[in-house]
Amino acid sequence: MTSLTHNAPLVHEQEAELKSAARRTVTRRRTWIWVGRILLAVVVIGGWQWFTAVGWVDKFFFGQPTEVWNSLVTLFRDGTAFGSIWENLWITVQEALLGFLLGTLTGVVLGILLGSNRYLSEVVGPYIRIVNSIPRIVLGSIFIVAFGLGMGPKVLLAAVLVFFVVFFNAFQGVREVDQNLISNVRVLGASPLQVAMHVTIPSAMTWIIASLHTAFGFAIIGALVAEVLGAQHGVGLIISQAQGTFDPNTVFACMVIIAVITLGAEYLISLLEHSLLKWRPPSRSEAQAI
Amino acid sequence: MTTVSDLHRRGHTPTDQGGGGGGEDAGRIEIHGLTKRYLTPKGETFTAIRDVSLTVEPGQFCAIVGPTGCGKSTTLAQVSGLERPSVGSVSVGGQTVDGITNGVSYMFQADALFPWKTVLNNVLIGPVLLGTPKREATELAMDWLRRVGLSGFEDRYPHQLSGGMRKRVAMAAALINNPRILLMDEPFGALDVQTKAIMQNELLQLWEGLRPTVLFITHDLDEAVALADKVVIMTSSPGAIKNVFDIDLPRPRGDVQQIRHEERFLELQGQIWASLKDEVTRAYQQTAGVPA
Repeated sequence: MTSLTHNAPLVHEQEAELKSAARRTVTRRRTWIWVGRILLAVVVIGGWQWFTAVGWVDKFFFGQPTEVWNSLVTLFRDGTAFGSIWENLWITVQEALLGFLLGTLTGVVLGILLGSNRYLSEVVGPYIRIVNSIPRIVLGSIFIVAFGLGMGPKVLLAAVLVFFVVFFNAFQGVREVDQNLISNVRVLGASPLQVAMHVTIPSAMTWIIASLHTAFGFAIIGALVAEVLGAQHGVGLIISQAQGTFDPNTVFACMVIIAVITLGAEYLISLLEHSLLKWRPPSRSEAQAI
Repeated sequence: MTTVSDLHRRGHTPTDQGGGGGGEDAGRIEIHGLTKRYLTPKGETFTAIRDVSLTVEPGQFCAIVGPTGCGKSTTLAQVSGLERPSVGSVSVGGQTVDGITNGVSYMFQADALFPWKTVLNNVLIGPVLLGTPKREATELAMDWLRRVGLSGFEDRYPHQLSGGMRKRVAMAAALINNPRILLMDEPFGALDVQTKAIMQNELLQLWEGLRPTVLFITHDLDEAVALADKVVIMTSSPGAIKNVFDIDLPRPRGDVQQIRHEERFLELQGQIWASLKDEVTRAYQQTAGVPA
């Protein structure tokens, strides 16, 4: 005991040293990760630029990073043949968002309904599988023929693509609900609606939110493809126009713009995930071994 | 009888929520000729329990012991009203069970806590489902958390608690509505030996305060004898009642660890084991595929 008290300052010093060493290790690792990331980007984009500049790859077909940048500047400064880039972007984003909301809503409602009703799921199940296996993107053509060149068909196609992703996750989420929890609240006197509110929906939420990450990507794809098939405005139209004039740089520029939008949406969905699922235990990867 | 009703009244004063309680016979469980058959996916029938008859007096602690898969959990499901009997009837407090029996709480082996609710919200779900205003329910839940020694943990989520603490939350959640019947399906089965002993003591203390009728399923014969007034032995599948033993150890039992060394305990435990042994052996041979 006495030796322990004598050594107290020494122990403190050692602890402080250990802590700072640990912090140094973490900083070092982070620095190296960023060095690696930047290096990878430089190699890929620089290589692309170099290959096209030297002429090993034809920039007429594959574009060139500097030209892509110039196209981006042109798009934002001079606009397009169909109005400013902002107008067109806003239309595409609106279509994707509406499609995302519509698809998510119907997917969640139907997924939970079929997931909690065995008879219904056994009757409808095979048909949903059949519809899921047909190439739904082709539905875009039908929607455009049926509903014209406005926003409607784009929203519909985006919603159809989103629906299946969300639906299957919601369905599975409901199926995975702990039966003990359901028995527990039923014994405590919960009505079917209360069972859904307190158990089924919160439990399926993990699955549903996981699906939203991919679902937003699908919404953008749906809107863009429908625009390429036939539209009067939107980024998809700019892309199909650029394709018609053999201008790969504008196509790449549009891809960059859409990628930025999708990353932003992904970030917002992650925020939602964090606030809705804060009850989950932290995943193992967050506490790294030093 | 007077002692039982006295204890009943005493238990009801602080937390009576109307969920449990009722007259002094409200907690009596009568099972008559209960048979339960299930339809397997292949279209065959499987008899889980056969012709079970059992009466548990109000405020009595009844343990059911039997080999794996002998229909103990099935029996509980019929009492709670989660399932309907194929033949026979169950009545609680003189009323035949038809749909969910009110004033019943369940405790499972896997702690059936909501991982997305905080400790406080896990406990107050019971009163909230009965329509108690949120503020009253919160006060009641805080009181129960204090009783199980979890004050200060209200805002934690279940994954942040130890196994023993989660069990205490489950106990508070099961008892907050002052149930007339408490159904426990191997509640401490997954705990380590030390935590298990602590939980058993805490359960006994809480039970002596409220005196609900308890049906307690366990594999652990020591646990059954230490806790219960009555131990029911069930046969291997299809389950039927083989023997009923009255445990005349005095109450309050005190420390569950201590009582294991008393002479009367060992005597009773020996008698019951003799009855159980054959069934366990037979069930093992059935599942292991050894010819009986």
